[in-house]
Amino acid sequence: MMSKPQNIKHASDLLEKPTITLNIGPTHPATHGVFQNVVEIDGERIVSGDSTIGYIHRAFEKIAEHRPFYQVTPLTDRLNYCSSPINNMGWHMTVEKLLGVKVPKRAQYLRVIIMELARISDHIVCNSVIGVDTGALTGFTYVFQWREKIYEIFEEVCGARLTTNIGRVGGLERDFNEIAFKKLEDFLRDFPKGWKEFENLLVRNRIFMDRTRTVPTTPEFALQYGFTGPNLRATGVDYDVRVMSPYSSYEDFDFKIPVGTKGDTYDRFMVRNQEIWESLKIIRQALDKLPEGPYHADAPQFYLPPKEEVYNNMEALIYHFKIVMGEIDAPKGEVYHSVEGGNGELGFYLISDGGRAAYRLHFRRPCFIYYQAFTEMVKGCLLSDAIVAMSSMNIIAGELDA
Amino acid sequence: MSTIVDYKKVVERIDQKFGAKVRSPEEPYGMLTLKTDRDSIIPLLQFLRDDEEMQFIFLTDICAVHFPDRAEKFEVVYHIHSFMHNLRVRLKVALSGEPKIPTAVDVFKSANWMERETYDFYGVIFEGHPNLKRILNVDEMTIFPMRKEYPLEDNTRSDKDDKMFGRINVNREN
Repeated sequence: MMSKPQNIKHASDLLEKPTITLNIGPTHPATHGVFQNVVEIDGERIVSGDSTIGYIHRAFEKIAEHRPFYQVTPLTDRLNYCSSPINNMGWHMTVEKLLGVKVPKRAQYLRVIIMELARISDHIVCNSVIGVDTGALTGFTYVFQWREKIYEIFEEVCGARLTTNIGRVGGLERDFNEIAFKKLEDFLRDFPKGWKEFENLLVRNRIFMDRTRTVPTTPEFALQYGFTGPNLRATGVDYDVRVMSPYSSYEDFDFKIPVGTKGDTYDRFMVRNQEIWESLKIIRQALDKLPEGPYHADAPQFYLPPKEEVYNNMEALIYHFKIVMGEIDAPKGEVYHSVEGGNGELGFYLISDGGRAAYRLHFRRPCFIYYQAFTEMVKGCLLSDAIVAMSSMNIIAGELDA
Repeated sequence: MSTIVDYKKVVERIDQKFGAKVRSPEEPYGMLTLKTDRDSIIPLLQFLRDDEEMQFIFLTDICAVHFPDRAEKFEVVYHIHSFMHNLRVRLKVALSGEPKIPTAVDVFKSANWMERETYDFYGVIFEGHPNLKRILNVDEMTIFPMRKEYPLEDNTRSDKDDKMFGRINVNREN
């Protein structure tokens, strides 16, 4: 039967339109964080979309202008809270660059170990969640025990687990103890087997591959939209801050930068997978080559002295008081420092006017910058693929909103 | 393509093309910093991106800084990166009067949200931006909170004296 053209004029805002408006978020389990996507879908295909963010904005940059440097470290914890030690170290290194403090080799190596552990735990979460979003919950519940082991090491080193506040300006607050080394060795011995099992579950799994070889990106697109980290490397661009501008003695270690070819969800997954193996290699090398020596710089003006010295030593008491009260003037200057965070280049742009707090501190938050490409990426894709693509981009709401 | 490009060369190339419009090259903490004006910033970004030799293809960051005591109250800071030569360059534009600057979205798409964030917190207007509205704060907000005149905490509070806690910058007197 021929359908007759009807003479009904639809108002543009009428509900009866060929597409459906769908809200994903702000508290949808698939977003893994508090942010909203409003998408127009035609059947199951996404026609257009719009992201709303800022639900957990906490004004970190404003707070940082009113706090001494050491009080900014807990703020950086809450950016990418899946790998907070990397943020902490990045911040310490920024301040050290401004102050001109040289950190001893041992502290640098210990920092590398902590940062690579954090990277592993970040990638564990992201990759296992990709599994969850494709329907494979088993892997997720299974590999979380390894994240737990990493947190136990952090606990041994600094006392905290998730928001670690690890280290100090000038080094670490304490050396690794025997138990930490033991736990680290246990982790290095047992984790590869566990992660191999997880890989066996997904890497060549037909269903998983069919679901994830979607939402490709090109290098040109990724560079235009400011992608960094595994998302950029999945498109084939081998940019890694650890290699391009090495910090904390990364130049001493031998590791590879895994890259993908298509920049699709599967490539992003695989790049992270491979990075975990490379991180393990770095930790092994750092442990084997770990130099003896002090675990913090000799910078009494900036490095909080150990407690027993505070009680027994006049100078230490004075410095302790001055540092805790934030009464140390920083030199004038501006410095940009970046580290390879769990999901990309985490940069700190710090301007000091010679005062006791930052005049201006700007966090270059990787996922804030690349998340704007998401609606562009998923145009024309299936809704279910868009969900998996979103979790494969490793978007952390805390970092997104600062 | 294989010529070695360093900061000296970058300054030379920019000097040939822009002359006095790009001023005072400095290298604080090892990063080349250049100052320019609001009319030259977009052509400069475009030139640095498209130049065969330099290839500053990556926009790392855009942010603003507020200097209430200066004649040019706002400064917009761009960080760009050449992966080819592993060079980072910082470009600064000081804005006097009403803070207005052309948008960089046509050169780098990633500038979109960075400029929205800058607008949101400092009220810098990026002319020609496709969607210049608040991004992290609520739409109803009437102020630009990162400007220095807005205090961190409610200033009607009397139970706290910031002077006692080293929170006031002595050199800044505010």
